[in-house]
Amino acid sequence: MPQVTLTVNGKQHTVEVENRTLLVELLREKLGLTGTHVGCDTSQCGACVVHVDGVSAKSCTMLALQADGTSVLTIEGLAAADGALHPMQEMFREHHALQCGFCTPGMVMSAIDLVNSHPQGLTEKQIREGLEGNLCRCTGYHNIVKAIAAAWPLMHGRAAAAE
Amino acid sequence: MPFEGIGASVRRKEDARFLSGRGNYTDDINRPGQLHAFIRRSDRPHARINSIDTTAAAKAPGVVAVYTGADMAADNVGGLPCGWQIHNKDGSPMAEPPHPVIAVGKVRHVGDPVAVVIADTKQAAKDAAELIVIDYQDLPAAASLRDAVASGAALVHDDVPGNICYDWHIGDKAMIDAAFAGAAKVVKLDLTNNRLIPNAMEPRAAVGEFDGHSGDYTLYTTSQNPHVIRLLMGAFVLHIPENKLRVVAPDVGGGFGSKIYHYAEEAIVTWAAGKLRRPVKWTAERNESFMSDAHGRDHDSTAEMALDANGNFLALRISTLANMGGYLSTFAPCIPTYLYATLLAGVYKTPLIYCEVKAVFTNTVPVDAYRGAGRPEATFLLERLVDACAHDTGMDRVAIRRQNFIAADAFPYQTPVALQYDSGNYQATLDGCLKAADYAGFEGRRAAAAARGKLRGIGVSTYIEACGIAPSAVVGSLGARAGLYEVANIKVHPTGSVTVYTGTHSHGQGHETTLAQLVCEQLGVPIEQVDVVHGDTAKIPFGMGTYGSRSLAVGGTAMVKAMDKIIAKGKKIAAHLMEASVDDIEFKDNKFTVAGTDKVKSLTDISLAAYVPHNYPIDELEPGLDETAFYDPKNFTFPGGCHIAEVEIDRDTGIVEVVNFVAVDDVGRVINPMIVEGQVQGGVAQGIGQALLEHAVYDSSGQLLSGSMMDYTMPRADDLPNITVATETTLCTHNPLGVKGCGEVGAIGSPPAIINALVDALKAYGVRHIEMPATPQKLWSIIQGGAPRMAAE
Repeated sequence: MPQVTLTVNGKQHTVEVENRTLLVELLREKLGLTGTHVGCDTSQCGACVVHVDGVSAKSCTMLALQADGTSVLTIEGLAAADGALHPMQEMFREHHALQCGFCTPGMVMSAIDLVNSHPQGLTEKQIREGLEGNLCRCTGYHNIVKAIAAAWPLMHGRAAAAE
Repeated sequence: MPFEGIGASVRRKEDARFLSGRGNYTDDINRPGQLHAFIRRSDRPHARINSIDTTAAAKAPGVVAVYTGADMAADNVGGLPCGWQIHNKDGSPMAEPPHPVIAVGKVRHVGDPVAVVIADTKQAAKDAAELIVIDYQDLPAAASLRDAVASGAALVHDDVPGNICYDWHIGDKAMIDAAFAGAAKVVKLDLTNNRLIPNAMEPRAAVGEFDGHSGDYTLYTTSQNPHVIRLLMGAFVLHIPENKLRVVAPDVGGGFGSKIYHYAEEAIVTWAAGKLRRPVKWTAERNESFMSDAHGRDHDSTAEMALDANGNFLALRISTLANMGGYLSTFAPCIPTYLYATLLAGVYKTPLIYCEVKAVFTNTVPVDAYRGAGRPEATFLLERLVDACAHDTGMDRVAIRRQNFIAADAFPYQTPVALQYDSGNYQATLDGCLKAADYAGFEGRRAAAAARGKLRGIGVSTYIEACGIAPSAVVGSLGARAGLYEVANIKVHPTGSVTVYTGTHSHGQGHETTLAQLVCEQLGVPIEQVDVVHGDTAKIPFGMGTYGSRSLAVGGTAMVKAMDKIIAKGKKIAAHLMEASVDDIEFKDNKFTVAGTDKVKSLTDISLAAYVPHNYPIDELEPGLDETAFYDPKNFTFPGGCHIAEVEIDRDTGIVEVVNFVAVDDVGRVINPMIVEGQVQGGVAQGIGQALLEHAVYDSSGQLLSGSMMDYTMPRADDLPNITVATETTLCTHNPLGVKGCGEVGAIGSPPAIINALVDALKAYGVRHIEMPATPQKLWSIIQGGAPRMAAE
C-alpha cells in the first residue's frame, strides 16, 4: 500500500493508505482524530472541513494521497498548548452557536478561513454566503453568524468588523 | 458566585468538548476486534425476492459473514415492534403487518435492508455487498397517498386491504354535519403537508458488542431514548433480558424525532456481535439516511370551517390521509391521530370538531414523528384555513383570529377534541408579536418594496401545541404500549458535589447546562460542581428519553421531586447535628439553618455526615444522600404563541427572501433564555425549510428522487433571515417548575406564517393557497399567470 507523509496539528505522521482512502478516513481511522466528522457523501455538509496548508478543505473530498507533504490543522489542533481556546471557539461558546455539536468542528474551521480571508471586514451577507458549504440543522445559523462577526475583530486585532 | 439558577443565560457546560473535537459520537467509538457491517438495500420500491445469492460476497476478501432475513428468522429474531395501537372507527384494531429486521419475501421501499455483509473493514464490506446477486420480481408500487388508496392499487402488504392501516375518527360527525348544514358560511381548503426528511447532521450509527464470558450485550447507538431501545429490542426482537443488555446513546448529533425509533441496524449489529463474538459497527452513509431514517409529515387533507354571519367559528370538519410508508415505525400510528387531530382546536373556541384520518401504507420509507410531529400538520391546516376564512369572508386576518381566540380567563379550557389546556394567553403573544414585527407599519413597507419591483407580504400564525409527553394512564387508554413518565437519580457526593442521572437525553438541547441550573436553583450548588449524566442504561435507573419537548416538564419535575427528597432527608440529618427539631430546620441557598437561631450547616456538612455517619441518627435514617424519583405528568403542557413572517418575492425569478421573522412564544417558565432562543431559532429554520425548500419527492414508480443533499434542499445560512425571538409567559399549572417546553414551537408555528405571507404577497394574483414547499418555480408560475403546478411535480 502507498504511504503518505503529512503533518497534522504540528506532528508528522507516515501512514499506509489505500489509493481510495480519503483524507477524513486517514484522520479519523488511522490517526484517531475523531473531531473531524462525516455528515454526508456528496461534499455538501462541511462537517469534515479541516485546514490544508492554511486553507479550508473538505477532507471527505480529498484523497489522503493528495495530502502528502501538506500540513493539516484539525479542530483538535486549534486551541493553544495551554488549552486556551481559539477566539472563534470562544465566540461560538459565547454566542450559543452550537447545539448538538456535530457540524461544529467543520463550521469553526470554515469560519476561521472565512475571517482570515477577509482582512478588510466581513458583512453579515458575506458571512451567510461564506457558510454556503456548511450545513447546520440545529441553530438556524443565526447565532453562528453572530459568533463569526464577533470573532472577526478578535482575530484581526481590531475594534469592530467593518460593515 | 454569579447567578446560575433559573432564568440565567448560563453558557453551556457541554460546549468545551464539542468545540475542541472531544465529543464522543457513536461513530467515534471503536472497540477491540471490531468488524464492520454494510447493508445491501433494496433499489426497488416493491418487489418479490425470488432468491438471494451471497456466495461470491461471502468469499470476498476480508468478509467474515453475510446474513439475510432467512438467517435472522432461523435464529428466531422477531420483527421490529410498533409502540402504539390505534383502533378503527368500528373498534377493531389497526392493521399491523410484520416488519422484519431484514426483508423476507418482499421488499417494500427503496432502502429496505436485504442482506448485511460483515467484514474486517467498511470498504471490504461495501465492496462485497455489490457481489450479492438478488433476483427480484418487480411489482407495481403504491408510491403516493393518492395512488395507494385508488381502487385496484398495488398492495404493500398482501393482507392489508386497500393499504389502509387504520380508519380512525374523533368527534360526533352527525352533530357537526348538522352544524355545517345550518352555517351562514362554509370555507373549504384542500391542502398537503409536504413530506420531509429529518437529516440530523450526524448520520445514524450503531456498534454492537457481546461478552462471551458474562453473556452481556452492549449496544452503542445514535438514540434519543436508550432505555426504550433496550426495552423494544431486548423484549421483542432479540429476546435479551434487560440485565444482559446495556444500551448507550453517547453524544448524539441531532435527532428531531428521527432517532427515537428502534431501527433494524441496531438489531443487526447486536445480533451479529453475538453470533460472531466480535464487536460489529455500522455507520450510515448519508444516502442511507435518506432511504432508511423515518421521514416526517406527508398528509393530504380536506378542511372545512363553518362560520356564522359574524365570522365566529361554529364547526370544523377535516378528512386526512396520512402516509405510514412501507412499515409501521415505532410511534407512527399516534402521530396523525393523538398528536394531530387532538390539536385541531388550536387557540380557538371552535365548539365542534370532527376529524377522520386514514393511515395508508405506501412503498416509501416509514413515516414517523419529525420535530413537532402531528402538531405542525394541525397548525398548518388550521392557520391556512383561518386565513382562507378571512379571505372568503373579507374579514381582517388578525381580527378573525382575535375574535375566535380562547379568552385569557377561560383556563383551564376543555377543547372538543379531548385535551384540556391548563394555561395560556393568546392575546398577549399576538399583541407582542404584532408590535415586535411592526405589523401596523407593514403597508408602507409593501409600497416601498413594490417601488423596488418586489412583491412583499406579511403572514400571521397563532398556534398551540401539546408537549411534556405524557400522562401514562391517558396515553395508555389511547393505545400507547409504554408509560411516559420520567426518572431522575440525584447523588449528593460526600464533599457536596452533585451528579444528576436523568432518563432524558440531550442531543443538542443543552441539558448538561439547563438541568445543572435546576440543581443550582434548588440546592444552591454551583453548576461547575454539578454533572449531568444521560444516555446509558447501565448508569441511569430508567427513563423514556427526549422527544415531544418533555425533558424539563417531565424529566425536570422528576429532578425536583428527587431534590425534595434530598432536602427532606438533609433536614433530618441537620436536626440531629444541630440538636433541633426537624420542623425548625429551614433550607435555602445551600444551607440548613435552625429557625430563629444562628445555627447553620452547609449541604456539604450534611452530605459528609451522611456518608461518614459517626454522629448520625443511624437508628432512624439510612446513610447516604442519594435519591431517585419517578414522575408521571398530570397533563400535557400547552405552549403557544404567534409567529409573523414578512417576505419579498422577486417578480422575475420567483425567489423568496424572508426579510423578517418574529416569534413570540409562551413556553412557560424559561430556565435558560439563551438556550430557549436557540431552540426556537432552530425550529423556525426547519419550519422555513418546510415552507420554502424541503420536499421528499418520490416518482410514480416509488423511486426516491430527493435522495441526497444535492437533491433535497437543506436550509443554508443564506436562505434564512435573522430570527427575532421573544417570550410571553404564562406558567404551566401542573408541574412545580411551571415549564411547558420549547423544542418544537419554532417548527410548528412558522410554516403557515410563511405561506400566509406568500399568499398575501400574491393576493393581486387571486391566489388563495400555495402548497409547500413554495419553490421559486411555483411562485414564478403564479406571477406569470399560470396555475401553480402540483406539489409532487
